[in-house]
Amino acid sequence: MRIGKDLVAASATPLVLGILADGESYGYAILQRIGELSGGQLDFSDGMLYPLLHRLERLGQIESSWNQSAAGRPRKVYRLTADGEAAMAEQRRQWSVVSDALRNVWHSGPSLSVGMA
Amino acid sequence: MVGDIEARIGEWRGYLSHRAVLRPDDVQELEGHLRDQIEGLSSKGLSDDESFLIAVGRLGKIDELSREYAREHSDRLWKQLIGPDEKSATARQGERRGFVLALVMAVGAGLAVKLPWLLGLWGYDSGDFILRNAPAVVLVFLAGYLLLRRRASVRTWIAVAVPFAVAFTVMNAFPFVLNGMTLLLAAVHMIVGLWLATGIAYMNGAWRSHTARMDFLRFTGEWFVYLALIALGGGLLAGLTLGVFSAVGANLDVFVSEWMIPCGAAGAVVIAAWLVEIKQSVIENIAPVLTRLFTPLFTALLLALIVAASIHGSFIEEGRELLILFDIVLLVVAALLLYSISARDPQQRVTWFDRLQLVMIVAALVVDVFVLVALAGRIGEYGASANKLVTLGVNLVLLANLVGAGWWHLRFITGRAPFAVVERWQTAYLPVYAAWAAVVVLVFPPVFGFV
Repeated sequence: MRIGKDLVAASATPLVLGILADGESYGYAILQRIGELSGGQLDFSDGMLYPLLHRLERLGQIESSWNQSAAGRPRKVYRLTADGEAAMAEQRRQWSVVSDALRNVWHSGPSLSVGMA
Repeated sequence: MVGDIEARIGEWRGYLSHRAVLRPDDVQELEGHLRDQIEGLSSKGLSDDESFLIAVGRLGKIDELSREYAREHSDRLWKQLIGPDEKSATARQGERRGFVLALVMAVGAGLAVKLPWLLGLWGYDSGDFILRNAPAVVLVFLAGYLLLRRRASVRTWIAVAVPFAVAFTVMNAFPFVLNGMTLLLAAVHMIVGLWLATGIAYMNGAWRSHTARMDFLRFTGEWFVYLALIALGGGLLAGLTLGVFSAVGANLDVFVSEWMIPCGAAGAVVIAAWLVEIKQSVIENIAPVLTRLFTPLFTALLLALIVAASIHGSFIEEGRELLILFDIVLLVVAALLLYSISARDPQQRVTWFDRLQLVMIVAALVVDVFVLVALAGRIGEYGASANKLVTLGVNLVLLANLVGAGWWHLRFITGRAPFAVVERWQTAYLPVYAAWAAVVVLVFPPVFGFV
């Protein structure tokens, strides 16, 4: 199954914020984590992630610093700010409304989806 | 084998570095990602070659990658809109059409300022006509050029046309006294107001977008620099024309002063805009470079002024023109601030330059508050004229901008706000300038009896 492009794009921000809420991380590790969390089904293009990280940084939701990887290479590490925590809480509220609504509509069976309700 | 991979990564990095939208630290970040990816794949048993190919493939084509970056970093994109490597045949053709359009509009603007003469309206007072109409007549061609270039929608055309129509009507319907102060003030403020209206054309109607506003501010700075350069060359040309022809016994005074200079200046307004748009990709922006040069010097000037005044005991000695002078000081400080903001990479950490800017803002505020306090009594003493009130108003408008700018700058430097809010303050402030300009053009003349 391939998840549609729009859905991937929409879920990118809450996923990244959520992963950074567990502690600071960097681009490659974030992508690995997204792969694990979705069982490899969320196909996040690598090139898309960095502009997103830069946007979140510009909005003040995450901040970055350079440090060194185990192999001694420079690595840009991102972590959540207080603003980012607030943004994540907000995203979480919105997404749970959406997912509840979807669950309800699908659980209420085909009769309702055909009707006007 | 390892050397081979290194060479290929180096080559790939070279391709990335050529993309102007990717900064060196972006390239480094992406390279780190590529290496992580290669290591991850190799540890699963893939060969180096395979790992490299898959890792590069996952990052996507460099074109698409830089497009993703460009969407986020429109501030960088601004300069690359007409990047040489992306220039196709159709782009070149569009460029040529753009030039023809700019030329037509420039000639139109040049002729329009001589309109009363061309229509045979002899005996008009040229000074009066110039003050009332010249700014609007010239800017209408610039706005028209931009609207045509952007193939603007009818809504945008209307949004730009309304302020111009109001300005034309008011400036010609008001019974200004010849050489009166309110006419001069209205004319100067009309330029500001109509420049912002031209901005709507530049932004192609997206005036609510803060990124578009910032682009317009960048455009304004570059346009100003180009216009100054053209003025320099034009002055040289005019001087040489006079000199060379007087050497062969012909007197061209009238031609130079009544045709070459006014028509040339009007045309230069459009040509400068065309140059900014066409040259964006060729050179770095000039305005930000100038601000970097002059911010330290100007800060030193302001600090020296504070020291001198506190030794001297007062800011006011011969205070007649003082407030106008300090309006200009605030204007320069605001411009220095604006143009370093417009070129700053929002991701960059706080540097000494940001701290220096805060010092400059605070110094300017200190000086201005002293001047305002000292002059408040004088205005009360001699009564308010249009001139004094406008000077005071301009001072307050700029002062409010700098107070806000200083506040957000402080929060940014102390790490309590991202750089975006510093930018946003400036772009959000633009309507204040427009409102103030409208007040001086529409309200002041009738209130002060058009004198």
